[in-house]
This record gives sequence, C-alpha cells and structure tokens, in this order.
Amino acid sequence: MEFALSEEQKMLQDSVGRFLETACPLDVVRAVAEKGALQSDDVWRGLVDLGVPGMMLPETYGGMAFGVLEAALVSEMMGRHVAAVPFIGACVMGPLAIARGGSDALKEAWLPKIAAGDVRVGVAFSEHTGAREDAGIKVEGGRLSGRSLFVIDGGGADIFVVADTQGGLHLIEAEAEGVERIALTSIDRTRSLSELRLTNVASQPLDGGKDVLASLIDAGRILYAADTLGAGWAMIDQAVAYAKERKQFNRVIGSFQSVKHLCAEMAAELEPCRSLVWYAAHSQDALPEDARLTAGHAKSHLSEVGRFVARTATEVHGGMGFTDLLGLHYWFKRIGVNRQLLGSPERVRQELARLQGWAA
Amino acid sequence: MDLSYGPEYEAFRAEVQKFLRDFKDEAPRGNGSTEQLSAETIHWQKLLIEHGYAARTIPKEYGGYGAEPDILKSRIISEEFTAARMPGGIANQGVSMFVPTLLELGTEEQKQKWIRPTLNGDIVWCQGYSEPGSGSDLASLQTKGVEDGDDFLINGQKIWTSTAKSADMMFCLVRTEPDAPKHQGISYLIFPMTTPGIEVRPLVTMTGNAEFNEVFFTDVRVPQNQIIGERGQGWFVANATLGHERGMLGDPNAAGSRLAEITKMMMEETIDGERLIDNPFFRDRLVKLQSRVLTMQYHGMRLLTSRVKKESTGIAGLIVKLQGCDLNHDLAALAIDIMGEIGVLYDGSPMERSRGKWQWRYMFDLGLIIGGGTAQIQKNIISERGLDMPREPKPAKPAQAAAAKSA
Repeated sequence: MEFALSEEQKMLQDSVGRFLETACPLDVVRAVAEKGALQSDDVWRGLVDLGVPGMMLPETYGGMAFGVLEAALVSEMMGRHVAAVPFIGACVMGPLAIARGGSDALKEAWLPKIAAGDVRVGVAFSEHTGAREDAGIKVEGGRLSGRSLFVIDGGGADIFVVADTQGGLHLIEAEAEGVERIALTSIDRTRSLSELRLTNVASQPLDGGKDVLASLIDAGRILYAADTLGAGWAMIDQAVAYAKERKQFNRVIGSFQSVKHLCAEMAAELEPCRSLVWYAAHSQDALPEDARLTAGHAKSHLSEVGRFVARTATEVHGGMGFTDLLGLHYWFKRIGVNRQLLGSPERVRQELARLQGWAA
Repeated sequence: MDLSYGPEYEAFRAEVQKFLRDFKDEAPRGNGSTEQLSAETIHWQKLLIEHGYAARTIPKEYGGYGAEPDILKSRIISEEFTAARMPGGIANQGVSMFVPTLLELGTEEQKQKWIRPTLNGDIVWCQGYSEPGSGSDLASLQTKGVEDGDDFLINGQKIWTSTAKSADMMFCLVRTEPDAPKHQGISYLIFPMTTPGIEVRPLVTMTGNAEFNEVFFTDVRVPQNQIIGERGQGWFVANATLGHERGMLGDPNAAGSRLAEITKMMMEETIDGERLIDNPFFRDRLVKLQSRVLTMQYHGMRLLTSRVKKESTGIAGLIVKLQGCDLNHDLAALAIDIMGEIGVLYDGSPMERSRGKWQWRYMFDLGLIIGGGTAQIQKNIISERGLDMPREPKPAKPAQAAAAKSA
C-alpha cells in the first residue's frame, strides 16, 4: 500500500515547476495576456525541451509514455504558474485521441511532429459536455459540417480532434478548405478558446464512440481539476505572504484571527483535494472501475473548492487583490474558466448520479 | 502508487477474517466501548488482546499483545472489523489516552500496576481536564491541589467528564504550584472516584442525554505520590495524550458508511410518492457530499502512507479534525433534510427513523466540532503551524496599558 508519488513522478513535477518558475513569471504571463498572444513562445520551447508535448505518446513516436497521473502533476504546475501555453488539449487530450484511435499511417504522420512540438492539437468536444446554441458537428461521406464551440487550445492549433454529435472522432487540418476558426475572448487570457465552423471539411477517422470519448473527457476533467489545485495553492501562498507583510492597526494583518482563519479554511479545503486528484488520475490507467466516478468528482469538487479559494484569497489581499497591479486576477480567472470547461460542476454531478443509477 | 497491500498483508487480512468468522458468536451485542463495560465486552476484549486485535503494540509484560508497530496491520484490523460490523476493542479514555501516557512517562511501578487492568477493562478511567473557566485555554485551569502533609487537598470543578459515573479512577490536571507560570504549575494526578469529597453530576446536553458529567472536588485527599511525571510538569504529560485524542476524532471511514446509509434511505423513502433520490436537489447534495467523503478517504490513504514512511504529514495532517467533523455534521444535516418533518422526530416518536440517530448525530457531531479543540482553535493551529502565520499578539500587561494610555 503506497499512496504517494514515485521519485520519478516527483522529479517530473519538480522539473516542470522549476522551469516555469523562471521562464513564466508574472510579467511574461502579463505580456502574453495584454498582447492577446496565443502563447509565450519561449515557454512553449522550454516545455518542448522537457518533452511535455509528447509526454503521453509512445516512445516509438518520440514520446515519454506517461499516464494521466503524470499529466495531472504537470497540469498542477501549469495552474500554479498560470502558464500561458496550450497544454490540456494540445499535449494530452488531442495526442491521446490520436495515439489511441488513429490508424498507423495517421499516427506516423502526426505523432512525431506533436512530440517535437511542431504541431499543436485543438480539441473540439464541448458539445458532449453541454451543447449550447445550435452547435454540433455532422458527418456526411467522411466530411464534417457544423459548429463546435469552446475548442480547447484551438487558437494556435494546426490540427483538430473533433467529436461529431454521435461521439465519432475525426482529425482535421486547420488549413483544410471549409475550416473557419473564430477566436473567443474569455476572462482568462492565458489560454485560447475558439469556435470552429466547418463546411464540408475533409477528415480522417479516429476510433471513437461514447466510451472512448468519455475516457478522453475524463482525462481532461482531471487535468482542469489539477490546474485548479495548482492555481489555488498559488493563490493561498500569495495570500499568506501578503498577510504576513501588510500592516494595519500597527500589526501585520496575518496576526488577526479573522485573516488567519480565512487562510486556514482555504488550506483545509484545498489540501485534501490533492489526494482526490491523485486518486482520480491514477485510476484512469490503473483502476478502471473507479475511473469515471473519480474523474467526475475531481472536476466538480475542485471547481467548488477552487471558487472558494479564488474568492477568499482575493479578499485576504483587500483592495490590492481587486486591482490589476498584483496580477492575482490571472489565477482567479484561470480557476473561473477551469470550472466551466468540459462541464460545470452541476452538470458533472448530474452525470455522476446517472453513472451510479441514482438518476435517469 | 500501489494501492494493493501485497501478499504478506493479504495473508494477515485472511487471518483477521478467519478470527471474525470463528469467534463471531462471542462478540458483545451493542457497543459497550464508552460506558459501563459488560461482562461480554470484557470477555471480548481479552479475546482480542490474546489474538493481537486489541492492545496490539503494548508490551506483553504490561498485558498487551506485544507486536511491533505496523500501521498497515492496524488499518487492516480496523477495516475488517468495520466490514464485518464487529465491535473492536475497548476504546475508552483509559485505553486510548491514559495507557499511552503511562507508556511514555510513567514509572516502571506505575506501568506494572495500571496498564494490564486498564487494558482488560477491569479499571475504567475518566479524564479530568476541562473546567468551566478553562476550555480552549486549558492551561489556565484553577482546580487547586494544596500540600497537606503527604497529600494534596484538592478543591475545584471539572466539566465534560465522560464516563465519570461509571469510572473507577480519574487522571486529572490540578494546579499544585500557584506561583509558577501557568504552564508550569500543573500536576497530573490519579485517584479513585470513590475518594471522599468527589461529587459527579450528569451534564445533560442538547441531545437530551447526559453524555458528559461535571465533577466537583471538596477537600479531596490524594497522596502526593499518585502523580504521573514530575510535580509541576502535568501540562507536558497531558499534551502527550491530547495528541492521541486528536487522532481519535474525525475518522473518514465512518463518513463512508454514513453516506451509504443515507443513499439507501434515499432509494427507499418517498415524498409525494416519488423516491427521494429522484429529487434533483437532494440528489445534488448527496453527490456533493460523496465528493467530500471520497476526498477525505483518499486523504486518509495519503496520510497513512506518510506515517508508514515516517514522513512528517505537515498541513495535510493538521486539517483532518476540522474537515472530518464538519463532514460528519453535514452528512447528518442531509439525512434530516431529506426526511423533512419525519427528520425532526425524536425520542421514540411514532414514525421516527433509525431510532432518531440522525438527529442525535446532528447535535452530537456539533459537540465534536467544538470538543477536542474547537474548530476555531483548529484554524489557529492550521494557520500557525501549517502556514507559519504569526500568533495573535498577547494583550499588553495592565501596567504597560496604563503607561501607554497616559503617554
């Protein structure tokens, strides 16, 4: 019985964390956000050097063959440093979809380029976690038409993995005829979100179906949960540091119990979530009977705890927390977006109830 | 990550399961662990010690089983007893708190004299710590022990004393050095509850039961040698046991079985002819609580691993009492809410469910949020020890305050 990270897993997380600490400080994040750039190219190159884009891919394609747990550890660091790079779609969900469901020719064509960081994948699944407006992709004679909203990492993507309304999966190229990409602007400027409008677009089939799709969505949900875990702890650490410096009434505000208790409550809520994220991520590759249930709980619970932490850590900073000066809002907004993508907590809990036979 | 226990431990698990099958008829009915111990409870306890399922790591010479500490084996024992719905060993304050204290700080003579009969259930102890004026600030306690010949003469009052009615002995914090600083003037004394001058009055709580007592001391004569540790060192002696108490509260496994009970109730009970589980609002609350229950269970696995590896658990360990007690209370709240008017029935009313236990828990668990270090004290501990935040500054001494005022 060992519920802990291995030395290799700790090293992976530390190395990504250390890299982001130096390469992705707040002024880099701010520069990307203010320019409306899709990513920090320096940060992306560094992550390519660390092997992150290929982390889920088999070694034969230049990957590192890691599992969802390792991806979650990296995702936590991305959230901690509000890293302005594509990751969850481009480095995990997209590559996994192709590696699991692509023909040999398709894998040969794309996976080495993904692992090398030369091709980024956008993921268009959101119609299966809550279809809004008239969105939905239809297939006719192997060609795709329709809208898909809230495409993950769609901004700089060279190829897309698209789910049709039946749960079938397809690969399309961004430059193909009939592809229109519309940038959506969210509160979170550290990651892109887009809409795809497809008109009779040529596609390559991937093995899909509800179960394959669900498993990819579960992986994504866990990674958003892990991103919130990292972002939340970054907010707590900043709140605690600020409370130990800021003085009012001739004492540091961190010596007031009202402020200390806010910090204690944040830590008490968030720290056990680490175990939930680990368990859910581990179960994706090792405990299939728990995989769906725990992925949903990780996503919905971290969304709720994340909201509490984001709000409370901002309050601990007082008026400064509300300004742009400290940049605390980058974490606040990232957590806010993580909550909605791939299913809001209410929706995910409804799915969990169905999964357990508690709802029709 | 490896969530299996491995062959050695699975063999041990099989042994425990075999014991539970072979001896199930000898288990006492009902849980006699905190009040008056029945003959069956005492028989069961002796059986458990003999097989190593109670007093497992306490040396044989003091009446224990004498095994090397092994956290995973302890965990397996607890899992299997829970799964088989069999009572574990006696877990009263004597066994859980006094015995560990003696093992750490008692003299050889004291260990020989007290541990075996305490483990066997022949002596029941109660704890005299809290006072009406000393709750969170326990070290301010005022019960006095004044030297009188070879004895201390004790006067004062204790509160929140569970099992005082049925206890044979008390371990008690008494201020014996009134002029010393508050943490250095306390002694840890032990004496029989039959000593003249002790009066026990039941303390009825909001549940309607007297789960606790008040204990009054009027010129209670206790020989000076009935002391654990040195005179004036009682605070430090007691702190060894307070740690044990915090470990006892907030067990996440209990929350899992409560969640299962509530789920079953929601499948079976109806409102407007519809099953409760079909109500989307109740159902959402259930799933939310399931998130928290699973989170605390996995958190428990993480802490268990840290303890096996003898790593410090840090902030992860400090939050367990706060979160665990809160979770249990919220579970009871859902059980009541889904039952609506039926949920408020109590005291054997017609239509009452589960003998009123959810209302009892809703109230008693609030007591647990307060007891054993209030939620607010827990938050102080988490912020100070876990997040390294500063302590609340001490109020200025009267002389300094006056000087500041006139300045």
